[in-house]
Amino acid sequence: MNNQPPLLKMKGIVKHFPGVTASDHVDLQLQQGDVLALLGENGAGKSSLMNVLVGIYQPDEGEIFLNDQLVDIHSPADAEALGIAMIHQEFMLIPNMTVAENVILGKQDLPLFPSLEEVENKILDISKHYNLQVDPRAFISSLSVGERQRVEILKMLYRGAKILILDEPTAVLTPQESEDLNHVIRRMTSEGKSAIFITHKMKEVMAFSNKVQVLAKGETRAVKDTAKTTPEELATLMVGRQVLYNIEKEPFRPGDIVLDVKRLSTRGDREHSRLKEINLQIRQGEILGIAGVAGNGQQELAEALTGQIPPSEGSITIKNLDMTGKAPISYINNGVSYIPEDRGAMGSIGDMSVGHNLIMKGYRKAPFINRGILQKQSIFDFVHKLIKNFRISTPSQETQVKFLSGGNIQKTILAREIDACDGLLIAAYPARGLDVGATEAVRQEIVKQRDHGTAVLLISEELDELIMMSDRVGVMHSGSLLCILEGENIQRDKIGLVMSGVCPEEDQ
Amino acid sequence: MFDLVGSLLMITLAAGTSLLYATLGEIFTEKSGILNLGIEGTMLMSALTAFTVSYYSGSLILAVFCAALTGGLLSLIHAIITVTLRGNQVVSGLSITLLGTGLSSFLGQRLGPESNGFTLFGLNAHRFHAIEIPLLSNIPFLGAFFHQDILTYLLYFLVPATWIFLYRSRYGLSLRAVGENPRTATAMGIHVMKERYIYTVFGGIMSGIGGAHLSLAYTPGWSENITGGRGWIVIALVIFAAWNPGRAMFGALLFGGINAIQFRLQASGTNIPSAFLNMLPYLITLVVLVLMNVSPRMQRRFTAPGALGRAYVPEDK
Repeated sequence: MNNQPPLLKMKGIVKHFPGVTASDHVDLQLQQGDVLALLGENGAGKSSLMNVLVGIYQPDEGEIFLNDQLVDIHSPADAEALGIAMIHQEFMLIPNMTVAENVILGKQDLPLFPSLEEVENKILDISKHYNLQVDPRAFISSLSVGERQRVEILKMLYRGAKILILDEPTAVLTPQESEDLNHVIRRMTSEGKSAIFITHKMKEVMAFSNKVQVLAKGETRAVKDTAKTTPEELATLMVGRQVLYNIEKEPFRPGDIVLDVKRLSTRGDREHSRLKEINLQIRQGEILGIAGVAGNGQQELAEALTGQIPPSEGSITIKNLDMTGKAPISYINNGVSYIPEDRGAMGSIGDMSVGHNLIMKGYRKAPFINRGILQKQSIFDFVHKLIKNFRISTPSQETQVKFLSGGNIQKTILAREIDACDGLLIAAYPARGLDVGATEAVRQEIVKQRDHGTAVLLISEELDELIMMSDRVGVMHSGSLLCILEGENIQRDKIGLVMSGVCPEEDQ
Repeated sequence: MFDLVGSLLMITLAAGTSLLYATLGEIFTEKSGILNLGIEGTMLMSALTAFTVSYYSGSLILAVFCAALTGGLLSLIHAIITVTLRGNQVVSGLSITLLGTGLSSFLGQRLGPESNGFTLFGLNAHRFHAIEIPLLSNIPFLGAFFHQDILTYLLYFLVPATWIFLYRSRYGLSLRAVGENPRTATAMGIHVMKERYIYTVFGGIMSGIGGAHLSLAYTPGWSENITGGRGWIVIALVIFAAWNPGRAMFGALLFGGINAIQFRLQASGTNIPSAFLNMLPYLITLVVLVLMNVSPRMQRRFTAPGALGRAYVPEDK
């Protein structure tokens, strides 16, 4: 196999962005039939490298060879003509169009008046062959995330892709759907197609790939045969040091009930994410983890519990106060803190300074304000204290938050929320997209709050994170809280089973 | 009675013509994601150009061509500002309308012959006349459809043609994608900037022809503010039509009909004030906007292009 010339060769790829080198002389080789995993942390340069390959970015240096021929790729259309296609994390589908229309969109060799019926028949053929169930006449807006991904794969196969690049393909899938995806990829490679997939999850590397290339800080750290390596070795290569896979926390000693939610429902356009009769309680010193595929009502739950969307039915009681239908300010005054899912849009204001972001919750009260005037000195002291305690790495208090790294933005939010927290902390995907160091810091900080008696609702898609941190784990599916697992039942496969919509009888 | 209905219908069609040209154009522009509020100014400038060229050259073809060119050039300015420089589309469009209004008034007082004190007021130029189609124009009251000028007849072909282009051709598919989600369109190999330029300029050309119809056919001659707010009715019509050329035709007939009734009422001296009728198109648009957003089902069928009004920044600058 290795004696054959490589199907694809990227040589000495360099790509600069203002202030960052996303790719620093990276080489990459792919044989026909390979499934290559590109492994690395956020910001390691995986996506940039692949965006160069499909012509979205132009490299500053370097060459790409296909079957030993030098090729020029200036646009996605060029890549497509060479049989290279990428499925982005954010799907490239137009919601207001049908599956068939999306599949042929932008194709260069279309007749003036394309026959959608022909397209639909061909789609059905491909979907039978690969066992990718999709209705070609359905509008994208009516499909689930898993179905949309199938449409993306179908689209690329229809358009003659020989090398398929998948960017974090399983992030939005249930364990069962991931398994199905694995089958589709195997079927493709057995027919001579090849795949590259971008990931930061070790388990996927081991399950999907036959070769793995580890990237860090824009450079290649190692290229290995998957069969000849271990997750531990890969993790060390990826991070550059030994990774701690555990977190220290005190024994579980729950206190009084802090949050009591009864039959909570919300209105909403989306059937999947509308809350349906949620019942849950969280006590002092307890972390309740919420697992589930994103888009199944987790965000709605967090927003309902912070007063941002009003419940249509049911009640929310926090520290024995009825909070149902109250405004966000009442929740804040009652000691509820919230680390939102989208740290850029909801958690911080990028154009404002670190200092102002840190007092965004407290600015209404003394000592920060006196007769309507902000008090510079007390704000400075307070901000100085938080930056030090939470190890926020920023040039100054005045630096705009948008210039900080993701980890430091998250620490800024965490500092503000934890400082103001009195009783209940709601954290949605707190470690999403952070590097290993920042992830550990954020997790430790949350567990520390729990040890000090705070009730924590932790929403996450990382099962390991949930298992490691939570005292109980609930699973959300289609807007319902299916069941809550406790103690020994908090296990990977059990959670996975519930995520696909099946609740084991004995746990109910 | 037939006479009254027939003549009302005839004026309706004539009044709707300039509206429909500009509306079809604006539908294409907005489908590509660019909102052009400069229609009113563009139509004014084109009406002025058409009349002036017709007066001096005597050629109607040249007059319409120059009006279209004027429209195309004004919207090219809009395209440069909003597509390339990614400026605010609302501000750019409004500025073009204000510029067109002022400039056309000014030029209307300067471009005329010396004998008329350099103004264009009260002059006569070559104009479009209604062409009767034998036999068909004699059908009671539907005959009005076959007693129109050439620009109106052209629309009978343009409406189905634009519809087929938008919903059945490969070009229409990419156009709709560009306005829905330019990022996706780029990833699928579509040249977003190019498409936005083409359809913004196309929209201007169509508004230009609409403007020419005003000064050469519907109300021949030049008077300040000859459009009388038609450019704004067009913006309303695009929403009323939910970005569909077929529905735009009915909208143009409805809004043109209001115009025709206004004509009649003024002649007959009833006591319905014309200001009331002037207001009706906008009232109807508000009602449509409410209906569009009230029920989720309507919302799905009548949605604006997803990226309408938003500049597109390519990922790799």
